[in-house]
Amino acid sequence: MEKILEVNDLHVSFDTFAGEVQAVRGVNFHLNKGETLAIVGESGSGKSVTSKAVMRLIPNPPGRIKEGEIKFGDRDLAQLSEKEMQKIRGSEISMIFQDPMTSLNPTMTIGKQIMEGLVKHQNMSKSEAKERAIELLKLVGIPNAEGRINEFPHQFSGGMRQRVVIAIALACNPRVLIADEPTTALDVTIQAQILELLNDLQEKMGTSIIFITHDLGVVANIADRVAVMYAGKIVETGTVDEIFYNPQHPYTWGLLGSMPSLDSTDEELIAIPGSPPDLLDPPKGDAFAPRNPYAMKIDTEMEPPLFKISDTHYAATWLLHEKAPKVEPPAAIKKRMQGMAPSEPIIGAKDGGKNV
Amino acid sequence: MGRYIGGRIISMLITFLIIASLTFFLMKLLPGTPFNNQDKLTETQIVQLNDKYGLNDPVPVQYFNYMKNLLSGDLGVSFQQDGREVSTIIGERIGPSAYLGLQSLVVGTIIGLFLGIIAALKHNSFLDYGTMVIAVLGISIPNFVIAGLMQYWLGVKWQLLPVAYWDGFAYTIMPTIAIASIVVATIARFMRTEMLEVLGQDYITTAKAKGLSSTAVVIRHTIRNASIPIITIMGPLVVGLMTGTLVIEQIFVIPGLGEKFVNSILTNDFPIIMGTTLFFSLLFIVVILLVDIMYGIIDPRIRLAGGKG
Repeated sequence: MEKILEVNDLHVSFDTFAGEVQAVRGVNFHLNKGETLAIVGESGSGKSVTSKAVMRLIPNPPGRIKEGEIKFGDRDLAQLSEKEMQKIRGSEISMIFQDPMTSLNPTMTIGKQIMEGLVKHQNMSKSEAKERAIELLKLVGIPNAEGRINEFPHQFSGGMRQRVVIAIALACNPRVLIADEPTTALDVTIQAQILELLNDLQEKMGTSIIFITHDLGVVANIADRVAVMYAGKIVETGTVDEIFYNPQHPYTWGLLGSMPSLDSTDEELIAIPGSPPDLLDPPKGDAFAPRNPYAMKIDTEMEPPLFKISDTHYAATWLLHEKAPKVEPPAAIKKRMQGMAPSEPIIGAKDGGKNV
Repeated sequence: MGRYIGGRIISMLITFLIIASLTFFLMKLLPGTPFNNQDKLTETQIVQLNDKYGLNDPVPVQYFNYMKNLLSGDLGVSFQQDGREVSTIIGERIGPSAYLGLQSLVVGTIIGLFLGIIAALKHNSFLDYGTMVIAVLGISIPNFVIAGLMQYWLGVKWQLLPVAYWDGFAYTIMPTIAIASIVVATIARFMRTEMLEVLGQDYITTAKAKGLSSTAVVIRHTIRNASIPIITIMGPLVVGLMTGTLVIEQIFVIPGLGEKFVNSILTNDFPIIMGTTLFFSLLFIVVILLVDIMYGIIDPRIRLAGGKG
């Protein structure tokens, strides 16, 4: 498969008064053409920072890409000048943000906001750009596109605004779309519609998507592959089936265990105890060790490397080392691994309605 | 929109009448009559004059007569310049005041916006701190102090500009700087804060993610949103400008409305006090209406009844 984007050993730090916060500490992943990669993790795990770093949208100061490369074709995005990045942003790599209520300019008509990128990147005239904008609004499912193109963001509902945001992102047919928690601020029925829309558009346009979320239910619906992030590192990566039905990292077990599913009414939700480490002073060894009931002595001393489980499945936990004792994952996870009742997540995009 | 403005004009008229009444009664509380200081007049002459101008009538009757005349557009005649219509006097005095006020407002707003924008874009830099020092000085030093200092240095010591009076553009420079200083300072500080606020908004990140250049992001997405709160302070600022003008006209001996206003109070020239006060109030009321209309133009969320949404 053709790799369209490859991130190698990415480090992003923020210089604060208290010191250097190492938000991303050596992340590696790649994105294949036409696939959807989900990056999951709790708040502060560095998933948003990683995606913003790819777009080079980390405000500097205080943020900076400390080291690592972001290979996009034959270019290294980490090294490009701001001017060169401006040519890539919006035309080759686009981004959708979390909160549609605040990510549109309140004093500009949505038509103009969509047209801006077209005029900039594709040298369209105003009338051509307007035609294309109407086309895009239709594509993302906004009824009466011709009439609504001259309206302002406050005249749209949250779900409709997110559709507009998607139209803006897709305006120039980008090769990569980064969706940073695009459904988090929406209510559940609208979430399903937006996910369905993204799935649809990906099929039509062949865009590769990086989907940032903390919601594993969403992941199951949209992703081909999953990368689980914790404390600025990727701790497990694999295909959706591998992550959902054969998870290896205790943190992934925790995430899956804390996800409600329709068929597990008899079980309690498991919470992961404790809170993520302070990245101002990252712990020695495995960052997850203090919250990990399966932690071993080595976890507090040495960081685990990525162990290979299959060609597509890797996890960074010492439990996979040949000398590690065999441990039993939690009951709910074991049930999954045995292939019992692969649960449909609550949020089912496939069943979502078509209209907002 | 038409209906909205119609309603606003009616409430403006009511406001205007209330101001007229309050001013009338407050003015009646001023000690003395217009003729007290004129020692040369005999008792009988003063009684005759009071009779002539109706000042012997009970206050409610005077009020009723004044309001009747006011509603028919008659502001009366000046006591000091016998027989001259108040409206004529305002008419010939308004020129320099309006010129000075407008020039200060325009120059002050443009410089203020510019400084505020620069300060925000170069946040925490030398330019930022320098601008804010200017802003603090502009707000904390009263304009008559600035005026006096300028007259001394630019006018007397270095002979660069005429010290006072009103005779061409060179004569407007110092008064304009004195009046505009507060405008520059206020607007620069507000604009800087608002720009910083807007620059941190999500839609600015969206604009950047479209690949727009930083200039386009600032001009198309930041300035317009940052200037909405600026419009709010324009109303009070214009009022401050009017009162500021009163003192400055006095200092620079400018034959403007403010100078006339101050003198009319000193000499108890009732019709002039009423006329100029009402004129200033009317101006203020109109400015507030304009500010509200401007809101609707610049911020689509506040567009009022008539339009959609």
